[in-house]
Amino acid sequence: MSERYDAIVIGAGHNGLVCASLLGKAGKKLLVLEANDQVGGAAVTREFAEGYSSSACAHLLYQLQPQVEKDLGLKIKLAADDIGTLSLGTGGEHVRINGDTVSGVSEDDATSYREFYKRMTRFSDLLRTYFNRTPARLAKDASKADMLNLAQLGFDVRRLGRTEMQEFLRLIGMNIRDELVERFDSSLLRGALSLDAVLGTHLGPRSPNTILTYLYRLAGQHGKLSQPAGGMSMVTDALAQSARGNGAVIRTGMAAKRIVIDAGRVRGVETQGGEIFESNMVVSNADPVSTMMCLVGTKNLETGFTRRVSHIRMRGNAAKLHLALDGLPTIDGVHKREFGERFVIAPDEVYVERAFNHAKYGETSEKPAIEISFPTFRDTSLAPAGKHVLSAIVQYAPWELRAGWSDETRDAFQQVVVDTMTDYMPDLAGRITASELLTPADIEKQFHINGGHWHHGELALDQFLFTRPIGGSQQYRMPIDGLWLCGAGAHPGGGVSGAPGRNAARAILKQEKSA
Amino acid sequence: MTVTEVDLGRYQSPFYPRQAEIDRLNRWHEWKGYSSADGFYDTTLEYFATRNSAGAFDITPMTKYRITGPDALDFLDRLVTRNMRKIKPGRVAYAVWCDDGGHVIDDGTIFHLQEGEYRLCSQERHMAWFKAAAIGMDVTIVDETEEICGLALQGPTSFSILNELGLSGIDQLRPFGLANYDFNGTDIMVSRTGFTGDLGYELWITNDRAIELWDALFEAGKHFGIMAMGTAALEHARIEAGFLAPFEEFLPAHTTVRTGRARSPLELGLEWLVDFSKPCFNGRRALLDEKKNGSTWRLVKLDIEGNKEAHQAFIFPKKNGGKECGFVTSAMWSPVCKQNIALGTVRTPHGNVGDKLWVEIYYQREMHWSRVMAEATVVDKPFWDPPRKRSTPPEPY
Repeated sequence: MSERYDAIVIGAGHNGLVCASLLGKAGKKLLVLEANDQVGGAAVTREFAEGYSSSACAHLLYQLQPQVEKDLGLKIKLAADDIGTLSLGTGGEHVRINGDTVSGVSEDDATSYREFYKRMTRFSDLLRTYFNRTPARLAKDASKADMLNLAQLGFDVRRLGRTEMQEFLRLIGMNIRDELVERFDSSLLRGALSLDAVLGTHLGPRSPNTILTYLYRLAGQHGKLSQPAGGMSMVTDALAQSARGNGAVIRTGMAAKRIVIDAGRVRGVETQGGEIFESNMVVSNADPVSTMMCLVGTKNLETGFTRRVSHIRMRGNAAKLHLALDGLPTIDGVHKREFGERFVIAPDEVYVERAFNHAKYGETSEKPAIEISFPTFRDTSLAPAGKHVLSAIVQYAPWELRAGWSDETRDAFQQVVVDTMTDYMPDLAGRITASELLTPADIEKQFHINGGHWHHGELALDQFLFTRPIGGSQQYRMPIDGLWLCGAGAHPGGGVSGAPGRNAARAILKQEKSA
Repeated sequence: MTVTEVDLGRYQSPFYPRQAEIDRLNRWHEWKGYSSADGFYDTTLEYFATRNSAGAFDITPMTKYRITGPDALDFLDRLVTRNMRKIKPGRVAYAVWCDDGGHVIDDGTIFHLQEGEYRLCSQERHMAWFKAAAIGMDVTIVDETEEICGLALQGPTSFSILNELGLSGIDQLRPFGLANYDFNGTDIMVSRTGFTGDLGYELWITNDRAIELWDALFEAGKHFGIMAMGTAALEHARIEAGFLAPFEEFLPAHTTVRTGRARSPLELGLEWLVDFSKPCFNGRRALLDEKKNGSTWRLVKLDIEGNKEAHQAFIFPKKNGGKECGFVTSAMWSPVCKQNIALGTVRTPHGNVGDKLWVEIYYQREMHWSRVMAEATVVDKPFWDPPRKRSTPPEPY
């Protein structure tokens, strides 16, 4: 016996929940299947050592789209919403960045940064408008709406004004290193900005289109960093509550095994446990490769499509480190009250590029670039009283490690990361009481993301907008009747934004209306 | 520095030593890396041999893939538009395969050698596409072009020659059937297939036995008018048979740059090869749409008045010009049919069977060019389609 639903969402990650909630709101009887025992996908808070918790992947919130919050009436409780950045230098000389203000640099750099920030946020606003829409279809049979959509983008670019439009078009495909070197004398500033451009990607500051990835980061809240109270689960729990409120049934611990397809149309989902849930619509929040290659299976897909999906670049290159500390470490030149800030170890853009060099050859960085946060400083609920958590995103740890990921290689890399941080925090090692390092291989396994790439596909111009996840399938609808994508692998991409989930829900409802 | 000279010439077919002995024309062209003869004696002579007795054409350069593994059938069934589940062991299927847009990549023959084991033959090479089509399937694809050679023996006396060769039971081989026969103590595979639209066979054997086969075949055929033939003669025969040739009647989809230059099976008159009841095959969605919305092009067989060959001619719906509706892709004066024939591609709705169209033929006589508008009738059946092609056992000649 099997249950019947109007739609089944595979994966209760943030996008899946946003999509489920919006579809539920439109009156659909919805089932959300989540493989893990906890809702939230990779956007969760987990206990990594007794009494110590941390956001498993992304630990700061900066991309959640206001439209998502508005549509769902979300109230996200924040532990902090004004987190600045400290680019760590040696000898206690650091650069402090907050919004359009930077200190610890020359007057020229500060002015130049203000201009840079203004321009970047302007460009990112332009992109943000587009991130909250279904990308146009570029084909001979494109609809009027598609053409209008495209014209709007062209118009928006043109409206920047002649100079700014030229600047936008000049920068959009460029690497961030060139722009930073031209603009700023301060190496710490260049380092911090270049790290922002490559966090979570398989790109270095000299890789093409890293200005685009930087803009992508700003497209939401202008790079304003906040920390949800209780970690990322605050966001996804709120989303789950919203989805349930809209009638969705969420079943955890239920991994999808395959999407049941009959004569080119979706009929339901079979779980690993052998249960079959029937529905004529399946919305997958899983990454496009897992969805198509594993859940659908190539026998149900045409070859050109399969080939292009199999070529989606999604090799994760970011590791996540969680340390349980018996007290905050000392950082030369940083006051105790500043530990709520975000710290970056990226002394300059060359350092970040060198760190990336290793990854190109299947090795972990000898001197990784690191983004560090002490979430417990603002949110005491995450650790026992007086104790702290260090949460760090580490670049680079390639998914395809030549030596292979094992306990040994993981421990060795963790040692490298701790040693690198010890250069800035001399007493760090002595304060560690427990630890967890998630390599891309771990992320792949624990969160069911092919390649362990938390953007579900590299953010690059050829996998962006009209070509995300692949050209011809950018409108969330897959070439099997009733199958849709709603995850980060779809437009616009990764990050806790909710945009793909919202866009997908809107595309589904629009298509139903027109059918 | 020493420069090593690398042999970058063309492959020679294992039949080459014998071909070189008989060759009088020294006209060779390249076919997928192999030297292939335009002809050996004279095109007309070779053409008449295949129509009146038997022509032997070297098909060694045909790309041959061995397809095996548990998913071999699933792989082929999704690859081609035809229903491969209906092709039993010992049968050969003519098939086309498309890209996702429903555009033909190539056509070829698929030999079901034995349960779950296939050989696919085509003019072009397709390993990259087949590898992509094999993603997620347990199937092994081996290019055996260089290991297996082939001779096509085509024409009315071909059966008698094989009988003379001692292939006992060859009389029972039906059209599009394949079987193994004893040849000098070991196996030879023979299929009743070909590219001339007449009674004919294709013989497949490992390279090391090529010369032995050639010699035995020509010895057996010496009283049956056997003659080696080249591509030029074969080209005439295949136009008469109404068969398609890649780069003439259609461009392999992957070689086109401009949109609209590739053709779908429906546009090539191959709807009978498309089985929409299959749940998934490459091009299915696009072809269903095309079937619903109508095709842009249609392949036509034209019977043209007069005797001026209509090479590369524009096709018009009216005699007095106006906008053309298509063009001729292959044309010839057919000696056996005594007809001026052509294959062409026209825009729908033109080109229904029985339609009268006009072709604008330019021809040259002693340097001077002339132009004639000739009436052309769209015909249904192949120009050359003798009943002996189908009869089993075939009649001896």
